[in-house]
Amino acid sequence: MSILVNKNSKVIVQGFTGKEGTFHATQMIEYGTNVVGGVTPGKEGSSHLDRPIFNTVENAVKATGADVSIIFVPPAFAADAIIEAADAGIGLIVCITEGIPAQDMVKAKAFVQKKGVRLIGPNCPGIITPGECKVGIMPGFIHRQGTIGIVSKSGTLTYEAVDQVTKAGLGQSTCIGIGGDPVIGSTMKDIVQLLMADPNTEGIIMIGEIGGSMEVEAARWIKENATKPVVGFIAGQTAPKGRRMGHAGAIVGGAEDTAAAKMKVMRECGIHVVDSPAFLGKTMAEALKK
Amino acid sequence: MNIHEYQAKSILQEYGVAIQNGIVAESPEKAVEAAKKLSLETGTKVWVVKAQIHAGGRGKGKIEGTEQRGVALAKTVDDVKTISRNLIGHNLITIQTGAQGRKVNKVLIAEDVYYPGESDIKEFYFSILLDRAKECNVIMYSTEGGMDIEEVAAHTPEKIFKEWVDPTIGIQAFQARRIAFNLGLSGNAFKNMVAFVPKMYKAYEETDASMVEINPLLKTSDDKVLAVDCKINIDDNALYRHHNISLMRDLSEEDPTEIEATSHDLNYVKLDGNVGCMVNGAGLAMATMDIIKLSGGEPANFLDVGGTANATRVEAAFRIIMKDPNVKAILINIFGGIVRCDRVAEGVIEAYKNIGNIEIPIIVRLQGTNAEIAKDMIEKSGLKVQSAILLSEAADLVKKAVG
Repeated sequence: MSILVNKNSKVIVQGFTGKEGTFHATQMIEYGTNVVGGVTPGKEGSSHLDRPIFNTVENAVKATGADVSIIFVPPAFAADAIIEAADAGIGLIVCITEGIPAQDMVKAKAFVQKKGVRLIGPNCPGIITPGECKVGIMPGFIHRQGTIGIVSKSGTLTYEAVDQVTKAGLGQSTCIGIGGDPVIGSTMKDIVQLLMADPNTEGIIMIGEIGGSMEVEAARWIKENATKPVVGFIAGQTAPKGRRMGHAGAIVGGAEDTAAAKMKVMRECGIHVVDSPAFLGKTMAEALKK
Repeated sequence: MNIHEYQAKSILQEYGVAIQNGIVAESPEKAVEAAKKLSLETGTKVWVVKAQIHAGGRGKGKIEGTEQRGVALAKTVDDVKTISRNLIGHNLITIQTGAQGRKVNKVLIAEDVYYPGESDIKEFYFSILLDRAKECNVIMYSTEGGMDIEEVAAHTPEKIFKEWVDPTIGIQAFQARRIAFNLGLSGNAFKNMVAFVPKMYKAYEETDASMVEINPLLKTSDDKVLAVDCKINIDDNALYRHHNISLMRDLSEEDPTEIEATSHDLNYVKLDGNVGCMVNGAGLAMATMDIIKLSGGEPANFLDVGGTANATRVEAAFRIIMKDPNVKAILINIFGGIVRCDRVAEGVIEAYKNIGNIEIPIIVRLQGTNAEIAKDMIEKSGLKVQSAILLSEAADLVKKAVG
């Protein structure tokens, strides 16, 4: 078991023939992901990486039965790509693109919600169910099949957590990078709820950062509903107020979106919060023994 | 991207928003010309001289070593000249600038809008920004204008109102009326406010602003509704579609090292600590700063080298970090996923050799694909570089370096 993607997922790639799309589609295929085709307007009828190319997501869905789409379209056109995928009936959209204008995402998010479609990202590494399906840009080899679910706003910090979990002799059920933008498709709470309900997930690692209130919302839900241990970390304890730390959403505005404030609420809600990200794996292993 | 008050007001004017009129000037002489011209155009008999810097609190802020405020009333053209001379070329220190202050390069000569008349003058607060939790834009407004809104929020939160805008239908007329009623307006002032709200929202949305703040928004004694001050931040991700606004960027307001970093595609923020860091990925970079602190140091910077940590970028990053004389050690933390660690190690060694002799300790932590090979390469390079694989090992090395 896992959440959102598994070996039966049929994946298409929007922005298939571009540099990023080609590179990561190749990596996904090598990992064993069932990539059934791609979309590049104007190139329908030809093929790329031995998969058919379509002009529209609609055509791709009709021809292949795809239920997942991953987006590598440049930022100026990415919100349109999300809306197109949602309109075509894709069930899960994973948007990797970094740098989408916030107002574009406000509109795109409202549309996917109206359609009842799940969006992961943008500005994220994607989602992986180890050994079954990788829909993202994460290095596949660091993952190992197992029982720990990971949800994070970050890319490389998620890989760090994955690596520690693997080295602690545990593996991962599903790992999801939800992205570091101000407006994103799936929230931390959305993913924690799914992992909590997944029978194969025995523990959850939740990695947040400064800015916004997503971690606090997830923590409050965990307090009322947790059935398995949750280990948490918030990056940016040393970040100054008012400065953007790389991610568009990683900025301390008021007292409530500092790392310290979030960690306090998380602790109060029963989450095993680590001060140093060097101890994510170890803390998870200990929490499972209790 | 931040812009100056005079630039923000010019944007509002394009959208038909009524503003306190003014003319920007770069010297005391030009300020006098501006004051005379403004009197001809508006009939104003006194002027407000406003320092143009990218920081709030100008009215209470003072020029370094003097009693000159950043916003001051001039009753004669001689006053305009004196105040402008006091401001231009000097450092203005406000609660937002830090102790070093910001150099004033321009002043805005503005008309007097607090003239007496038939009705009472009122100052309101008005802003539009993105509500991240509700994932839509929100109009925040208050009857308590002209003061620090965070203070109002802390002490009298009931005086702050919010109006959320549905992204699928935009701002509605009833919402503009609700705002005008909540601000206690009637008659012409009510009508002017109802007209002001949708114009402001349009300006916010069409310029891809991440925030527009008017404080104070003024109801004049003859019932006009005017933006007296205006602060606009533009979403950097949307600048590609606003060429005219991107030309408003004032590089003199930004840290020169940060500008240089941007030209190398490095995401760098200068901080006050003693341990520099170079990391791939924003989340891991913030986490690395935290580890430096937990190891007894203070982070000197945030630096994300991005996905391709090759020799050229590593060298540029080294040079930028070492410009800061406070840096006593550098921690390089790379999680090699798709980029192999041995390639990154090659880049680090090459960059190190290109720079020549680096006096401070360098700690390189490479984890991921070929981490062992990379560690071996660094240890055999003969350079004064310490190497680690686990994050906890890197933390211990930092502790030793700063201890």
